[in-house]
Amino acid sequence: MNSRFTRILVPLLVGIAFLALWEGLVRASGVKPFVLPAPTVIADSLVQNFASLMASLWVTFRVTLAAFLLAVVGGVGLAIVFSQNRLIETALFPYAVALQVTPVVSIAPLIIIWVGYDRVEVAVLILAWIVAFFPILSNTTLGLRSADHNLRDLFRLYGASRRQVLTELQLPSALPYILAGMKISGGLALIGAVVAEFVAGSGAATGLAWRIVEAGNRLDIPRMFAALFLLSTLGICIFFALTLLERRLLRHWHESAVRREV
Amino acid sequence: MTKPAPLIDLAGIGKTYGSGTVALAGVDATIREGGFVSLVGPSGCGKSTLLRIVAGLVAPDKGALSWPASGARPSDIGFVFQDATLMPWARVAENVYLPLKLKGIAKEKAMPRVRDALARVGLSDFADAFPRELSGGMKMRVSIARALVTEPPLLLMDEPFAALDEFTREKLDDDLSGLWLAHRFTTVFVTHSIYESVYLSERVLVMGARPGRILADIAIDAPFPRGRAFRESQPYVEICARVSAALREGAAI
Repeated sequence: MNSRFTRILVPLLVGIAFLALWEGLVRASGVKPFVLPAPTVIADSLVQNFASLMASLWVTFRVTLAAFLLAVVGGVGLAIVFSQNRLIETALFPYAVALQVTPVVSIAPLIIIWVGYDRVEVAVLILAWIVAFFPILSNTTLGLRSADHNLRDLFRLYGASRRQVLTELQLPSALPYILAGMKISGGLALIGAVVAEFVAGSGAATGLAWRIVEAGNRLDIPRMFAALFLLSTLGICIFFALTLLERRLLRHWHESAVRREV
Repeated sequence: MTKPAPLIDLAGIGKTYGSGTVALAGVDATIREGGFVSLVGPSGCGKSTLLRIVAGLVAPDKGALSWPASGARPSDIGFVFQDATLMPWARVAENVYLPLKLKGIAKEKAMPRVRDALARVGLSDFADAFPRELSGGMKMRVSIARALVTEPPLLLMDEPFAALDEFTREKLDDDLSGLWLAHRFTTVFVTHSIYESVYLSERVLVMGARPGRILADIAIDAPFPRGRAFRESQPYVEICARVSAALREGAAI
């Protein structure tokens, strides 16, 4: 049951069955395409609008990736600063939490006004970064603290410097935590980018979220579904890429990635 | 034969933890160079704390620790924990290289020593394995190789074989005894097994709990190397009985 084949094949069959059922029901009931289009109509719209949708996908992908990478650098960086200085952590951590718990939709208008409508992409980047940043910060902070106590003692015994403790012990110990944080943040960066674009609203933003708003305004529901489909695909790709990275980096040593022979 | 010089001198060592638990109350002991001394006692008698004080990982709040032979704590001390305490992300050779790496010794220069240490514990073929691929006994061997790679004058062991099965444990006891005979690093060995302590040591310090203190100091004169014959001999059984009696006496107070 656990072979690679079944793990891919079974969900694929479920998907095909679902699409076939959808297609059949729409055709049989005669629902109008502007309420629920059939999968073939959506596929057709995807082909028709391929160039504009792909351009939007590229915009959304670019901003998501940039926000994600900045979140990794910022989150890991700040967590390292926290691990080196408890006072800074005590002083700043509550504000990092505050930033996290404030819904991104509610601060989006403010950020967009501050950055300016002529640079909406920067505002979207900032908002996506805000959402993606925290899971990496909190996971890395936890991970840096989770190094084995006896190993810590051993490092002390051999007179390791703080830098050696950080690079040789704390960061490798934190790696599984950082990767788990990255998996959450990858999805959140995409959500952040989409939400921010929705709020920005006008034609200044040209990502997939804008295509959805635009298609909604024109009641072009097949196109809306096509954009939605691309958005999901992007999210799934991000998730799988990060899962792959995790397996690659942890496969030799961490329980989560080790394949057990049964 | 003259007695070797004292390496460690413990005078009135006391340690009380923040919670008010008295881990150690006035421990006096002298450990001589090249000796093999076991600390035996029930859980909570402070034997691990005493070992950590010797290592410099814990500071005593009463008494003094001095190093008559060297003047100061040796810069190289081997320490073996109850768990192998290996870095799971690093291969066996990298784990053994760690003490040398932390001292800033380049890898090319250190590798012959790493290979040497692995050969000594019989793991030459596993240099490139990851810890999770090894059995519990093999992991412990890696841990011993890591402790010995700096050729320390002092080896501290904190119940190193307690988590292993009896068979593996006896094998490792023999191997450790062999290494000690060959290199004569001073060894302080913490255990709660009476049999293990008597088999391995020249001297057993019996400790009691609440508060932690030394109850008896028992010398074991049997010659090394000791083998199966010693484990089955009358003197072995008698000394075990003496250690056991000393432990019971301490528990009765």
